[in-house]
Order: sequence, then C-alpha cells, then structure tokens
Amino acid sequence: MPQVKLISRFFEIENSHRLRVYEENGGYSAARKVVTENWEPDKIINTVKASNLRGLGGAGFPAGVKWGFVPKDHEGPKYLVVNADESEPGTFKDRHVMINAPHLLLEGVIIAALSIAAKDVYIYIRGEYWEAYHVLERAIKEAEKAGYLGKNIFGSGHSIKVHIHRGAGAYICGEETALLSSLEGFKGWPKLKPPFPAVKGLFSMPTIINNVETLSYVPIVIEKGPEYFAGLGVERSGGARLFGVSGHVNRPGVYELPLGTPMRELIHEHAGGIREGRSLKAVIPGGTSCPVLTAEEAEKVNLDFDSLAEIDSMLGSAGVIVMDETTDMVKVLCRICKFYSFESCGQCTPCREGTGWMARIMERIVSGNGHYQDLDDLLDIASMIGGNTICPLGDAAALPVTSFIKKFRDEFEAKASAGSITAASSRLSAEEL
Amino acid sequence: MSVSFPEKDRKLVEEMIRHYPHKKSAIGDVLYLAQKHFGYITPEVELYVASLLDLPASYVHQVVTFYSMYLKKPVGKYLIMLCDNVSCLLCGAEDLLGRIKEKLGIEVGETTQEGKFTLWTVECLGACEQAPVMMINDKLYGNLTPDKLDRLLDSLE
Repeated sequence: MPQVKLISRFFEIENSHRLRVYEENGGYSAARKVVTENWEPDKIINTVKASNLRGLGGAGFPAGVKWGFVPKDHEGPKYLVVNADESEPGTFKDRHVMINAPHLLLEGVIIAALSIAAKDVYIYIRGEYWEAYHVLERAIKEAEKAGYLGKNIFGSGHSIKVHIHRGAGAYICGEETALLSSLEGFKGWPKLKPPFPAVKGLFSMPTIINNVETLSYVPIVIEKGPEYFAGLGVERSGGARLFGVSGHVNRPGVYELPLGTPMRELIHEHAGGIREGRSLKAVIPGGTSCPVLTAEEAEKVNLDFDSLAEIDSMLGSAGVIVMDETTDMVKVLCRICKFYSFESCGQCTPCREGTGWMARIMERIVSGNGHYQDLDDLLDIASMIGGNTICPLGDAAALPVTSFIKKFRDEFEAKASAGSITAASSRLSAEEL
Repeated sequence: MSVSFPEKDRKLVEEMIRHYPHKKSAIGDVLYLAQKHFGYITPEVELYVASLLDLPASYVHQVVTFYSMYLKKPVGKYLIMLCDNVSCLLCGAEDLLGRIKEKLGIEVGETTQEGKFTLWTVECLGACEQAPVMMINDKLYGNLTPDKLDRLLDSLE
C-alpha cells in the first residue's frame, strides 16, 4: 500500500510550522467549521467515533468513546491534557508532528476541547524535547494572535487557553495517571483506576488525556469525513498512523500508512530494506514494551491492532525497531531490562524489585557469568510482575523478557551456559588446589 | 551565593503559578528556573523553592530526586547525554561511548578536570531515526559517527 499523506504531508512543506503556511494549506478550516456551524459536543464525539480513530500513544482506546465518558452535567472545570511525553524507546513520531505541524495539533486540541467543554488545556511535553517546545510555544502565540485560541475563539464566545507543561525526565509520566500526578506538582506516581480520569482526573476534575498524534488526526477526520478515515484502515482499526522505523534499515524515518499494511512492506519497501543486504532477524513492533517478533512472524503480520494481538504482541506506539542477523538478542534484552529498572517509579513492590532483579541477572548473563537456572528465574520473575502492579509499566517490563527468551531461547541458553561452564570449571580448579 | 531569585525571576515565578489552579503545579518550572540560576539543586535551593510555593522542603526533595533532569550536583559546561537505548545500541552507541571516554579520559557520570565536559548515558531521546544520537545541553545531534563526534567535541570552546 502506498503511503497516505494526511499528517505527514506537513513534513514536506517548508515552514509548515508557521500559521500562515499552515493556513495556505487548508489549516484551521476544520476547527472553523466546527465552531462557526456551532456543532454540538455530541456531533463532534459521534463523528470521531464513526471514524474508528483509536488512541495512538500505545493503548489504542477509541478516542470518541473516551470523550463520551466525561460527565455532561459536571459543574466546574474540565480539562483536556495532551500527552506529549513521548518516551517509549523506539518512538519518535510525535516529535515530528510537533516540530512540523504544531498547528495541526492545536487545531485538534480546539475541536477536542469543545467536545468536552474544556476551557484549559495542558500540553505535557517531555523535558528533553526543547525544539518541539519552542515551536509549540510560538505556534500557540500565533494562534492566540489570530483569535483561534484564547478568549472568544473564532468570535464564537468560547474560550480555550493552552498551557505548556515541561516534564523533567521520567518515562513513567507518559502513563496517563502518572502524567496527572506530575502535572499536579508531585512526583510521577500512577494512580489506581477507577476512578478514571474522565470522571476524576486533573485537580480531581473530569479530564481527557490524548496523545499528540491522536489529536492531530481529529481535524483530518472532520475535514475529510469519518467514513473516509475509517475506510482507510481495516475493520476495528480505522485510518492511518505514523510508523517510526529505526534500527538496521536503509531508510529509518516516519512513514504514514493505512492500518493493516503488511509489515514486510514497511520494512522492505518504505524503509528501504535491511542495511548492507543482510537478513532480518527480529522486530519490536511498537516500542520496547511490545513482545518481540521473529523474522518469520514479522514478514507475515499486518500492521493493525488486531493482527498483532493475534500473535500475542501489540502495535503499541508504532515505533518499529528492526534488527538484522548480526544482532545480539541477549544484549538487546539486557538494555531493555536496564531501562525498565531505571524507570520503575518504585511504588509497587513487584515492579520496583522485579525489574532490578531482571536487570541484574541479564547483566550477569551478558558478562559471561550466567547460569542455566537464570533463564527460568527470569521467566518466573516476569510472571510475578505482570498484572500485579498499579500501572502497565510492570507488564511493559515483563513482556519483552518472556518473548525474547521464548523466541530466542537457543541464543540465551548458549550465552547463559557459557557462564555455567566457567563457574563450574572455576569451582573445579579451586577444588583441585 | 545567596539563595534567592532577583526581582525579575520572582516575577517569572508568579507568572508560572498563574497557569495552574494550585501553586504547587508550578514546581517543575520553578525548579528549572532555579537550576538555570544556581547551576544545580542544593538542599538550600530546595528550601528556597519550598518557601516560594508554600511547600515542605521534604516535598520538594521528593520531586527533585524523582526526575532525572534536575541536577543534584554540578556538571561541566557541556553536559553530554549519549543515548545507548535499543535503536542507538543497534547503530553503534557503544563505539561512540568508548570514543568519548577515551578522548575525554572520563567514565560515565564523571566531569573532566577543568570542568568542561560531563558524560552521561541516557534513555531514549525520541530521535531514533537519527540513531545514534546524543544531546549536548539542550541541543540534539544525530547520525553520529566517531569522526563526527571528534569534530563536534573539538569545536566546542
């Protein structure tokens, strides 16, 4: 399937981050339509529902359904929060959107805010994204000056104030309840659900949290119609999304494709194939939390939520990490384990302790001091973390461990047994002495 | 160094607070401002920030120690943050790390003697299409090779 250029067309237009250029390319017509035609919140929500647009941060929850959860009779403020804390390893699409099409995001923000009657919007952007922060800050000023944000937007009497909140280096803040804790001025500790943020979220008020890419598709859904968007994808996985390809490919980058596109097309055609003519070994399909695929699985699977679920993996953030035949899978898993150990917020014991144990065992194996028993211990620990924590970081840490060991067991055994032999022979030589 | 902001920065703090219904939500921005002003966050700075936001110092300490971008000790003029997460690892981050260590004569977490460079390895910087990548202070550098890295470090005054 060819690429579709809905969001990514702005990646190719010079100065597309400026309001004037964005408007020359049709920008703000969807928001203007919704405001001037005085769309009821339900009309916006139903349109987005009909488009099958799903949350593109990783969880894949239908966007329109989420908006519908906000109680309409609530008195007091409601909030829209933009999750721009992109930090799942292998994921970089939102950075491209914010740098190249900040006004597309802001237009989506206006429409989403109107659908839940939110007057204040917070964009929570990861601290390291300096460039995106500056671009967004300028875009907000431009939009305010043009009367699209701030008081009385498009002369309608509605007011929407957009604030940017910078994170400070914590992966966990990409999890929506941790993000809210952080926005409230606390360390980024996730909270138990229910209550769900749509009912009790930021400052205990009804709150919708959406990913940058999800919101950026909203103006396109309004403009082109929900049927068009839904029709792009496959059943239950509507539309297109931005796939970020990295690792051992000839042309790493962001590719916008209809959901359901075969993964082999993404890797071998759009991303230019495996570098140096090597063969494919494994693929992480949607950021490091997603179970790894063997080359055989990757060559067969289609890129949509359900197809990946069928083979016990996930589409996640669509950050596709491609690994060629030279890749040391033991080393890669070790690095993934160290990541989750470092980023565990420390609130739940299984995750706080378990991720540390897994990282230390993996380091031992990589250093050549592993034991046969280590692999079973790793699987055992992973099974005790998964499903036993407040937030999904625990699952995210456990899934790579089980999938890597299951699918590349020979490689792990060879590396771990090398340690066993060394350990056994050193005991032997000590006894001989 | 006396631990307080000049008048113009105190005004900035007031502006930061205005974005939120509760004062303490501004803690992140106030800490960034404090870091810019004082270089890093000492216990005295924590106390000062606590006083500005009507929070206990212990609360501020919890926040400072939770997030990796608040500096708890001084760093060099150039803070090198090399990503060695999966995509960068696949594209040669280990060689780059070796080259930086050799060139600067420091290990990860250390600062060169004259205080010019500090070396950190960091988690994914969200620029994997340019792997291997690093940031130096607030600027991102991608598609690095050992030679490119050499030239870059040599060009920094």
